[in-house]
Amino acid sequence: MLWQQLINGLALGSTYALIALGYTMVYGIIQLINFAHGEIFMAGAFFAFLMVMVLKVNIFIALILAMAFCMLLGIFIEFVAYRRLRNSSRLSALISAIGVSIFLSTLALLVFGADAKGFPDGIFPNGQLQLGSVSISFLQILIFVVSGFLMLTLQFIVHRTKIGKAMRATSQDYNTAALMGVNVNMVISFTFALGSMLAAAGGVLVGVYFNAVSFNMGLLVGLKAFAAAVLGGIGSIPGAMLGGILLGVTEVFTVTVGFSSYRDAIAFAVLVLVLLFRPSGLLGQKIQKKV
Amino acid sequence: MLTIRNLSVNYGAIRALTGVSLQVQRREIIALIGANGAGKTTVLNTISGIVPATGGTIIFEDRDITRIPPHKIAAAGIAHVPEGRKVFPRMTVIENLEMGAYIRRDKEGIKASFQEVFQRFPRLSERKNQPAATLSGGEQQMLAMGRALMAKPQLVLMDEPSMGLAPLLVETIFEIIKEINQSGTTILLVEQNAHMALSIAHRAYVLEIGEIVLNGNAAELADNPEVRKAYLGE
Ligand SMILES: Nc1ncnc2c1ncn2[C@@H]1O[C@H](COP(=O)(O)OP(=O)(O)OP(=O)(O)O)[C@@H](O)[C@H]1O
Ligand SMILES: [Mg+2]
Repeated sequence: MLWQQLINGLALGSTYALIALGYTMVYGIIQLINFAHGEIFMAGAFFAFLMVMVLKVNIFIALILAMAFCMLLGIFIEFVAYRRLRNSSRLSALISAIGVSIFLSTLALLVFGADAKGFPDGIFPNGQLQLGSVSISFLQILIFVVSGFLMLTLQFIVHRTKIGKAMRATSQDYNTAALMGVNVNMVISFTFALGSMLAAAGGVLVGVYFNAVSFNMGLLVGLKAFAAAVLGGIGSIPGAMLGGILLGVTEVFTVTVGFSSYRDAIAFAVLVLVLLFRPSGLLGQKIQKKV
Repeated sequence: MLTIRNLSVNYGAIRALTGVSLQVQRREIIALIGANGAGKTTVLNTISGIVPATGGTIIFEDRDITRIPPHKIAAAGIAHVPEGRKVFPRMTVIENLEMGAYIRRDKEGIKASFQEVFQRFPRLSERKNQPAATLSGGEQQMLAMGRALMAKPQLVLMDEPSMGLAPLLVETIFEIIKEINQSGTTILLVEQNAHMALSIAHRAYVLEIGEIVLNGNAAELADNPEVRKAYLGE
């Protein structure tokens, strides 16, 4: 029972982690809470749904196409809605982000209607792996494999490649990174591309896992993933992964012990508790005052 | 090599530079001295492109770089050791140096530059894998200088390299600046420590509230009574 719930929690938490990474990376680089990130996640789920329904591609192809689509969407949003506001007050960019978020969810409502859409039956094999009393569905295995692979790839990019080092440098000191010859606009586009791609993967996995894709799915999941990013320490990549997993596990255990109507509240309760004791989050940098 | 003509810079409504003109010849050390808030850092930041010019032109190697973004200016051969070092705190010494070589592609050449930097700053080589935030102030200054050298620049802009360092270390840093210059790199040096700066510079400019008020041979300026009174504490 315990192990079973742990597996369920890890599966849910991995998807939160994928989404939380986008919040944390963008915040790390331009100190913007990208409120539209939840809607990019939603757009990824819908795009995959469309691909499956219209082009009849299998779920893996749909996943990859959705990631590619959201990558472009993320770059586009940054370019149109945030770039010009980079030197204005943070509040303007935040309001612009909220605007984009409302625009995207309203657009989805117009195009797809208010009802949640489900993927067709048999989109993914229904079987499960039995390990003693614990059963892991093929879908959960898919979630673990995809999110594990993406997070490892991300770690590799951030720490081992030139563009990844440029990302870290830019997030630590924007102007000095430019002095080194880093094209910071390009790095910011790249960051949006990566974050949006991960959110799209999260959207497709969540859409298939709960078999529901809806115009407002980005709101709650987005908020929870944002909470996960803050819980782990906003700006910290390992923090977002840890925060996402912790939140998913906590949520599943809340339901298990019978408080299922509080499942959404618990994420935020955990967040408040942790922040009371560690204001910079679990793995966050101590907030330093600029001198 | 670098010609600044009639440069003006505003920060919003605040005027920081008015009609600044200066010239740097190949292989020179040029000192730019002035009191707090005179606009020294603004001059360097405008050359590097992180502060936009309001008027005037900056020509580097026959190319107008006045409105070019900072990463292209770095690629053109200007390195900048910023005020307050600005090392990347959560990156290791090696990673900081790698960032210095960001514009380069010649793997072998970069390796050679690593050797040179570690030879010049043995302390850095002992601390290779340490995050830059854990270095002492003097070590961070060396790292910031080493990082600039990794770009193999034509011209290095240095903003108060002696700030906050113990006198003995200041001597060492200035010794190293001289060596860097002797091995062929041109240097534009901003300093509050006018005494030290004038002792290694060929020529110097004096900046007062955003305007160049004096310029000339460094040794002569060091003898100028006005300069002695205002900047050399006599
Ligand atoms: N980002 C900014 N916004 C507004 N004003 C600024 C900004 N940066 C500098 N200034 C103003 O421009 C003037 C010149 O500043 P600058 O930093 O270039 O001086 P400095 O000669 O380098 O001084 P210091 O020796 O203290 O480093 C000062 O009056 C300063 O207050
Ligand atoms: Mg200054």
